[in-house]
Amino acid sequence: MKELLWIVVAMPFLGFLILTLIGGLLSRFWKAVVGVGSVVLSAIFTILIGIDFLSNPAEGGVYQQQLWQWFDVGGLSPEIALHLDPLSFVFIFVITFVGALIHIYSVEFMWKEEGFGRFFSFMNLFIGSMLTLVLADNLLLLYLGWEGVGLCSYLLIGFWYKDPENGYAARKAFIVTRIGDVAMAIALFLLFLHFGTWNISTLLGTAPEQWAVGSGLALTTALLLLGGAVGKSAQLPLQTWLPDAMAGPSPVSALIHAATMVTAGVYLIARLYEFFILSPIAQYTVAGIGAVTLLMAGFSALKQHDIKRVLAYSTISQIGYMFLALGIGAWSAAIFHFMIHAFFKALLFLGAGALITVLDHEHNMFKMGGLYKKLPIVFWTFLISSASLAALPLITAGFYSKDKILWLAYSNGDLLLWAAGLIGAFITAIYTFRMVFITFFGETKTEPTGRPGKFITIPLVILGVLSFGAGYIELPATMGKVTLFSDFVNQIFPLSPHKEASFGTELLIQGITAVMSLGGIWLAYVWYFKKSAEATPTLNRWEQFLYFGWGFDWFYDTLFVRPVVWLSRINKDDFFDSIYDGIGSITRYLHSTLSLTQNGKLRSYVTSVVVGTIIVITIILYL
Amino acid sequence: MEMALLVAIILFLIGLLGVLVRRNILFMLISIEVMLNAAGLAFIIAGARWGNPDGQVMFIFILAMAAAEVSVGLALVMQMFRKLNTLDTNVASEMKG
Repeated sequence: MKELLWIVVAMPFLGFLILTLIGGLLSRFWKAVVGVGSVVLSAIFTILIGIDFLSNPAEGGVYQQQLWQWFDVGGLSPEIALHLDPLSFVFIFVITFVGALIHIYSVEFMWKEEGFGRFFSFMNLFIGSMLTLVLADNLLLLYLGWEGVGLCSYLLIGFWYKDPENGYAARKAFIVTRIGDVAMAIALFLLFLHFGTWNISTLLGTAPEQWAVGSGLALTTALLLLGGAVGKSAQLPLQTWLPDAMAGPSPVSALIHAATMVTAGVYLIARLYEFFILSPIAQYTVAGIGAVTLLMAGFSALKQHDIKRVLAYSTISQIGYMFLALGIGAWSAAIFHFMIHAFFKALLFLGAGALITVLDHEHNMFKMGGLYKKLPIVFWTFLISSASLAALPLITAGFYSKDKILWLAYSNGDLLLWAAGLIGAFITAIYTFRMVFITFFGETKTEPTGRPGKFITIPLVILGVLSFGAGYIELPATMGKVTLFSDFVNQIFPLSPHKEASFGTELLIQGITAVMSLGGIWLAYVWYFKKSAEATPTLNRWEQFLYFGWGFDWFYDTLFVRPVVWLSRINKDDFFDSIYDGIGSITRYLHSTLSLTQNGKLRSYVTSVVVGTIIVITIILYL
Repeated sequence: MEMALLVAIILFLIGLLGVLVRRNILFMLISIEVMLNAAGLAFIIAGARWGNPDGQVMFIFILAMAAAEVSVGLALVMQMFRKLNTLDTNVASEMKG
C-alpha cells in the first residue's frame, strides 16, 4: 500500500490540471466532483497508507519512494522523491483529511460564486504544493512546495480580485512571506555549500558530525531557516500579513490556518530539528519568538470586531505555542498541538464562514448576536471548537495539547516561557469566549437568511468530533498516560529533554493551566455575556493600539512601504534612463539642426561649397 | 605671363559670381562654362610658362568634358522646364530636409 504514496501527491495536482485545462468545458457539478474528488481520494489513500504504515512499520519508521531524477548538474542531483516518516505522515494526514473536509464545505459555500472552477483549481494546487512540501526528501523539492504554497495563498487571498483591497491583502501576504523565503533560500545555499547535498536525511546525519554545537555556521543556518519559518508561520516580526489574509473566502482562511501554509514553518523547524539542536541560541530564539508572539497576538485578538480577525490573531497566537514547544525541544508536543489546532481552527473558520454567509456577509461580531437557537449545529460545533481553543480542561483536545506544551516548558525549567504560555492561555480563553458570547448570545441584531445545508454541516460535525476526541490519543501521566501520538512521532525525534517530576507537581501545573482557562472563560462571561448592547464599541487609545495589532502595520508602513513608494514616485522616470534619453535627445537636436542645411536650394549648396573650398585653400596655404 | 594668369583668375571669379548670384539655371550653366574655360586658360598659361605641351593636352580634355557636361546639363534643364514650367532654381527645392 505504501507504494501508492505518490498518488496522494498526484491527485490534487491532477485535479488542478483538469480544472485548469478543461475546466471551462465542465459544468459546475463536474467541477465540484473533480475539485473535491481529487482531495477526497488523496485523503482516502493517506488513510490506507497510514494503516499500512502503522501496522507494518518500516525500518526506522521511514519509507522512501524515489520517483525520478529531477536534474543532474555539476554534482547537484536532486531527486523527485517522497519521504514518509511519522512527522510527514501526521502532516499529510491533517492536510488531506482536513483539506478534504474544507473542500466538501466549499462546494456549498462557493456554489453561487463566480469563478467556481478557478477556486477549486487553486485549492487543489494549494493542497498539492503543501503535500510536496511535507513529503519532499530534499530541500529543493521542499522549497518548490514552499513557494507553491506561497503562490496559492496569493491567488486565493486575492480570489475576489475585483475589490482592490483584496488584491492589496494578497500582495501583502506574498511580499511579507517572501522576506522570510529569501532568508530560507540563503540558508539552503549555505547548506549546499557545506554539505554538497540537499537530501534531508543526509543533512541531518552529517550536520552533527561536521558542525560543533554552538558553532557560528550552525547558528547562522538555523537563524536563516527560522527566518523562513517565521515568514510562513506569521510569527513576530513577519506576522502582519495573516490578519489581512482574511480577505479571502472563509474556506481559504480555514485551509491557510489549519492545514496548509502557516504550519509550513512549524514543519520546517521540526524537519530540520538537528540544526536547532546544534545552535541552542537559535533554538531559544524560536521559543522566545513563540512566547512573545503568542502574547502579542492574544492581546490583539481581545479587541477585534471582525470575527475572522479574532480567529486570525488566535492562529498567530497558537502557532506561537507550537514555536514555543519547538524551542524547548518538545517536538512531539508541537506536532500534537499542530494537529489538534488544525482540527479546531478549521472548524472555527468554517463555522465563522457559515455565519457570515447566512448573515449576508456580515463580519462584525457586534452586529451578530443571539444566534444559538437559530443556528444550532453551527452553534454547537463552534462552541466545541472554541472550548478546544480555550483549552477547556479534561474534555477538549485543545487542553491536552496545550497542557503538554506548558508542562514541558515548566519541567524543562523555562519558567519565563511557562509563565508567558500560561498568561497566553488565560487570554486565549477570554477572547475565544468573548467571541462566542457576543456572536451567539444576547439580542439578535441580524436575522439569518437561512440555515446552512448539509455540505456545510457535515464537515462541521466531523471536525467537532475530532476537536473533542483527538486529544485522547495522548494523555498526560496524571490522567492515564496514553502516549500513542508521542511514541509514534518520537521515532524520529530525540526525546524531549525534561526532568522527572513528581506526580503531584505535574498535577499542580495542570491544575494551574485549568484554572487559567476556566478563569478566562468566567471573565469573558462576566464582561461580555448579554452585554453587547453597543453596536460597535468605541476604542480608547490603548485598545486601538491592540486593535491595529500593536502598530506593526503602521510601523512597517512608515519604515518601509512609504519610503519605497516615495522613492519610486520621484524616480518614476528612472534616473538611469535619463542617460539614454539624453543621448537620444542630443542626436535628435543635431538632426533637426543639420537638416536645416539641406534646404534643397541649389545656390546655397554652391555657396557652402565655395566657402568650404576657400577655407580648405586658406588652411593649405597658410597653415 | 602674370597678367595672363590674372585674366584667368578674373574670368574664374566672374563665373563663380555668376553661379552664386544667378537664379536662372541656364545662366548658372553658362557661368560654369566660363569657370571651366578660366581653368583651361590657366592650364595653357602654365604649359606655356614651363614649355610643356601637357597644358594644351589638358585643355582639350576639358573641352571634351565641357561638351559632354553641357549636353547632359541641357537635357536636365529641358526636363526641369517640362516639370516645373520655370528655370528658377529656388522653385526646384523639393529635396530639402
